[in-house]
Amino acid sequence: IGLCDFFLKDQGVRPLSLAGHVGFDSLPDQLVNKSICQGFCFNILCIGETGIGKSTLMDTLFNTNFENFESSHFEPQVKLRAQTYDLQESNVRLRLTVVNTVGFGDQMNKQESYQPVVDYIDRQFESYLQEELKIKRSLHNYHDSRVHACLYFISPSGHSLKSLDLVTMKKLDSKVNIIPVIAKADTISKSELHKFKIKIMSELVSNGVQIYQFPLDDETVAKVNTTMNGHLPFAVVGSTEEVSVGNKMVKARQYPWGVVQVENENHCDFVKLREMLICVNMEDLREQTHTRHYELYRRCKLEEMGFKDTGPECKPVSLQQTYEAKRQEFLVELQKREDEMRQMFVQRVKEKESELKEAERELQSRFEQLKRLHADEKAALEEKKRLLDDDQSSFSKRRAAAQLLQAQSLTANGKKDKDRKKRLSVSTLRQPPRYRLYIDQRT
Amino acid sequence: QQKNLEGYVGFASLPNQVYRKSVKRGFEFTLMVVGESGLGKSTLINSLFLTDLYSAEYPGPSHRIKKTVQVEQSKVLIKEGGVQLLLTIVDTPGFGDAVDNSNCWQPIIDHIDSKFEDYLNSESRVNRRQMPDSRIHCCLYFIAPSGHGLKPLDIEFMKRLHEKVNVIPLIAKADTLTPEECLQFKKQIMREIQEHKIKIYEFPETDDEEENRLVKKIKDKLPLAVVGSNTIIEVNSKRVRGRQYPWGVAEVENSDHCDFTILRDMLIRTHMQDLKDVTNNVHYENYRSRKLAAVTYNGVDNNRAKGQLSTKTVQDKTGRQGEIDGGGRHAAKNQRPEPNSGHCRQDFRTRDACSTR
Repeated sequence: IGLCDFFLKDQGVRPLSLAGHVGFDSLPDQLVNKSICQGFCFNILCIGETGIGKSTLMDTLFNTNFENFESSHFEPQVKLRAQTYDLQESNVRLRLTVVNTVGFGDQMNKQESYQPVVDYIDRQFESYLQEELKIKRSLHNYHDSRVHACLYFISPSGHSLKSLDLVTMKKLDSKVNIIPVIAKADTISKSELHKFKIKIMSELVSNGVQIYQFPLDDETVAKVNTTMNGHLPFAVVGSTEEVSVGNKMVKARQYPWGVVQVENENHCDFVKLREMLICVNMEDLREQTHTRHYELYRRCKLEEMGFKDTGPECKPVSLQQTYEAKRQEFLVELQKREDEMRQMFVQRVKEKESELKEAERELQSRFEQLKRLHADEKAALEEKKRLLDDDQSSFSKRRAAAQLLQAQSLTANGKKDKDRKKRLSVSTLRQPPRYRLYIDQRT
Repeated sequence: QQKNLEGYVGFASLPNQVYRKSVKRGFEFTLMVVGESGLGKSTLINSLFLTDLYSAEYPGPSHRIKKTVQVEQSKVLIKEGGVQLLLTIVDTPGFGDAVDNSNCWQPIIDHIDSKFEDYLNSESRVNRRQMPDSRIHCCLYFIAPSGHGLKPLDIEFMKRLHEKVNVIPLIAKADTLTPEECLQFKKQIMREIQEHKIKIYEFPETDDEEENRLVKKIKDKLPLAVVGSNTIIEVNSKRVRGRQYPWGVAEVENSDHCDFTILRDMLIRTHMQDLKDVTNNVHYENYRSRKLAAVTYNGVDNNRAKGQLSTKTVQDKTGRQGEIDGGGRHAAKNQRPEPNSGHCRQDFRTRDACSTR
């Protein structure tokens, strides 16, 4: 849909006729010149089993020798290898990135095989999104690494798609333009090929896999695109070796039974693939990636982060408003956490304080107890001392009395003395035995 | 790394693919004209686009009396050679016409900013559809042909707008100046522009020698002196646009008479796309980064009315400070128990002293 058609629906746009040649019909040329100056960029992802011919096909398509690494069948996990090249054809510069899967389909358990591929595609979207969301950004200088086309290599079994193929393509169809190709097509006969193609397409349709359809909206290319859509998936053969056929050297594969010519449309669909992928629809593939797949990724990502286009009252909300709302939310949350932490701190301090108080009280009571014990002991000791003093004093009294008596008995003898003696002996009897002994000795 | 192709690949057709797609999509361009009334802005637009943008049916703004500076848009769709162009002309009637013209540029700046804002909002949506680009791609500023130099209003306007939009100054009604006067006038204007460090639209350097020579020729003639006309006159059995005077006909498209053809070629035929690119990559990005930095820094939109803004930030600051104070006080409350426990210990000791006595 053209932008101008979009605007004609808008009010207030009136068409005007021109009285002469103004010159803005050069606008597309101006645009094209600018893009030639800037250069183009294109990124292809090739998914296929090891040895299916991905690298060879790339070399054949782009008529050059990319650095190819032969990988083993014993990769523990699927990996992706991306290489970027600068190509030039006439005055057009192209920065091409070829991404190959390594070890695809080799593992025993292929359940997670698609994941590294999905992750790679998402990573490229993510880095574009990050650049787009930056405050200071330079989008027109940004090297776009998003995958524009995905060539899915189907094994030429001749029967149907493998379940790995279906699972992988289903995971990728909303993320990238998928162009399925039948690899090593020189192992399938013409009749088998026809049946194979129909089977593949019907399986794709019945499983709801959306592969890339060549666009039909532009009249100039609609016709050729419609025809080509009917030939999908393309059965390709790749070869970088040249064989002489007739009086020309052509890219081909030499067999004992004949020569498979890559660029012969009777032999395989290579030319169709090149035509569609590169000559006619390269720009559309880039556009679809940007306007459909990338927008979908972006929308999901932003919704995940909580951004919406309409606020709670269904009024349109701008990104800034949402951002501000989120920021406020965040600040409130931060404050809440701060308060919580403060509360906890207060709580802990209080607990500690009461613990310390408790300990203090305990110490205090123990001290009191000890003091009491000490006082008791002291009292007991005092008591004993008093008793001892009493004893001493009573003893000294008796001694004095005894001495006195002795003195009296010495000076007078009579009954009075006897009485006194009796009295004394009675009183001495009252004394503890030891004192009595002493007095008896004296007397 | 560089790789050489050993044969036909086919991506040389990419430019054609881009061409096809761009024609299908159609083009848009927004042009703003600024200048005092009566300088021939509407006439020039009609001459540039060989159409009657302003006619009896859609009268131009100059035919309507305006008290303050207005910003008016006219959208037209023109087709040529299979190429569709949605042209928006933004006119600013009332500019420079008042007695006191201070701040007469403000509505214009606001308009430009609001277009950037619209674009930023549509670019920031979660669901993005077709983003119509109504940003101002070029501003033609009309200088009155006094012959002496720029007026303070001219300088002030250009200084305020040169970082928001591509400014192309034009000498209006150039048929009142003789070639010598015109040359002097141009030199004076360029001197003043440089003196005030005004950045008018610059033509990009290219790798092409030929083009660079043309660009240099244009640069020498800046600012372009133009004449516009709505009438077609017959001169030497040719029908040309021109102004009929008793002493002759000033032809619009005659490069000896004025620089109109240079303006037309530059504006429409060669640099229209570049004007759009500079607007997108430079002016819009500046606006966007300033806007987003303001939002993320303060949480407040710094680009709106400054009056409202200051109270808001003050509130914000006090609000935040209030929280900090509350927190501080809170912390102080928390800290008091600590000295209390120390106090307890002291009590403990005094009690001890009492008891030993």
